[in-house]
Amino acid sequence: MIVAERKPIDEIIEFMRDCKKILLVGCNECVTVCYAGGKKEVEILASALKMAFMKEGKELEVEEVTLERQCDHEYLEEIRKIIDEYDAVVSLACGVGVQFMAEKYFRTPVFPGVNTLFMGVTEERGVWAERCQGCGKCILGETAGICPVSRCAKRLLNGPCGGSTKGKCEINKELDCAWQLIIDRLKELGMLEDYEKLIPIKDWSTERAGGPRKVVREDLKQ
Amino acid sequence: MRLTYPDSIRIIRLPCTGKVDVILMMEAFRKGADGVYVVGCLEGECHYLTGNLRAKKKVEYTKKLLDEIGVGGERLEMYNIAASDGPRFAEVAKEMHEKIKALGPSPIRGALQNKEAA
Ligand code: SF4
Ligand code: SF4
Repeated sequence: MIVAERKPIDEIIEFMRDCKKILLVGCNECVTVCYAGGKKEVEILASALKMAFMKEGKELEVEEVTLERQCDHEYLEEIRKIIDEYDAVVSLACGVGVQFMAEKYFRTPVFPGVNTLFMGVTEERGVWAERCQGCGKCILGETAGICPVSRCAKRLLNGPCGGSTKGKCEINKELDCAWQLIIDRLKELGMLEDYEKLIPIKDWSTERAGGPRKVVREDLKQ
Repeated sequence: MRLTYPDSIRIIRLPCTGKVDVILMMEAFRKGADGVYVVGCLEGECHYLTGNLRAKKKVEYTKKLLDEIGVGGERLEMYNIAASDGPRFAEVAKEMHEKIKALGPSPIRGALQNKEAA
């Protein structure tokens, strides 16, 4: 999932300084799972924003709605009939959802309510960690299912580096060394000889280095 | 046991403090409460095992939110009192009443009153 966290309320208030009526839009998918922008977070933020305005002697009308997803036309269309009633939209979806909203509703200011962080997993309740950077050419098949692109601080493809100590990364003692994890798992799988195989230089043009990416499936396109 | 506690206090009953949600505490303030406190069973004695521990964390989170919007996290507290300990319940009620009195009315209540007067 895409992991995000709420922006500081001050920052959100700053966006809508001159607004009287806003639409606060949550998303039912990724950001609900990481407790950043689901229905509950929409309720809490609405309450907080109203209070922050009241404190200043102002009034803010906040309408709350949580869409199934904000990265699909179909769900975003659900607010078309009401969008013109608001001075602005604050979207609690990831950056993808915020942008799609802004593209679709060109005349309405759209502001982000969360900081979008990474693609990751729920390691335990309340703890999320990065697992993939969408490099466009997955090498998990060569690295025992552990991604050095997202989990090695130096993105080494043939690691570890000299800074790996007792299984931890030199940038942070709490952080597992991805290459230690890879070696441990290769051992467990009885495939340690694979560690000796050099992974060739990676073609980074499939990653962000090659510019914004796009997938087109002609068989599905209309 | 006839114990009294300040009549400024409104009790909202819940089956367990585990049921206390962030939005519940926030809305109490938005509707004009000057202070809110959550009273749970003693730690380790929750009938649902961890209800009061979860409540404690939610109270902490809400305090930070209240600080962020300038209402003041110190207006929200959590207490753990044994179900049988009436005297302690009354004592805490007085303590909270005094504390909030010293802090004065919440800025939200002021805004609500101004609105009504207008
Ligand atoms: S808008 Fe973002 S958070 Fe919502 S479903 Fe799409 S990718 Fe996930
Ligand atoms: S190798 Fe690339 S695609 Fe595969 S998990 Fe890592 S970042 Fe994601």
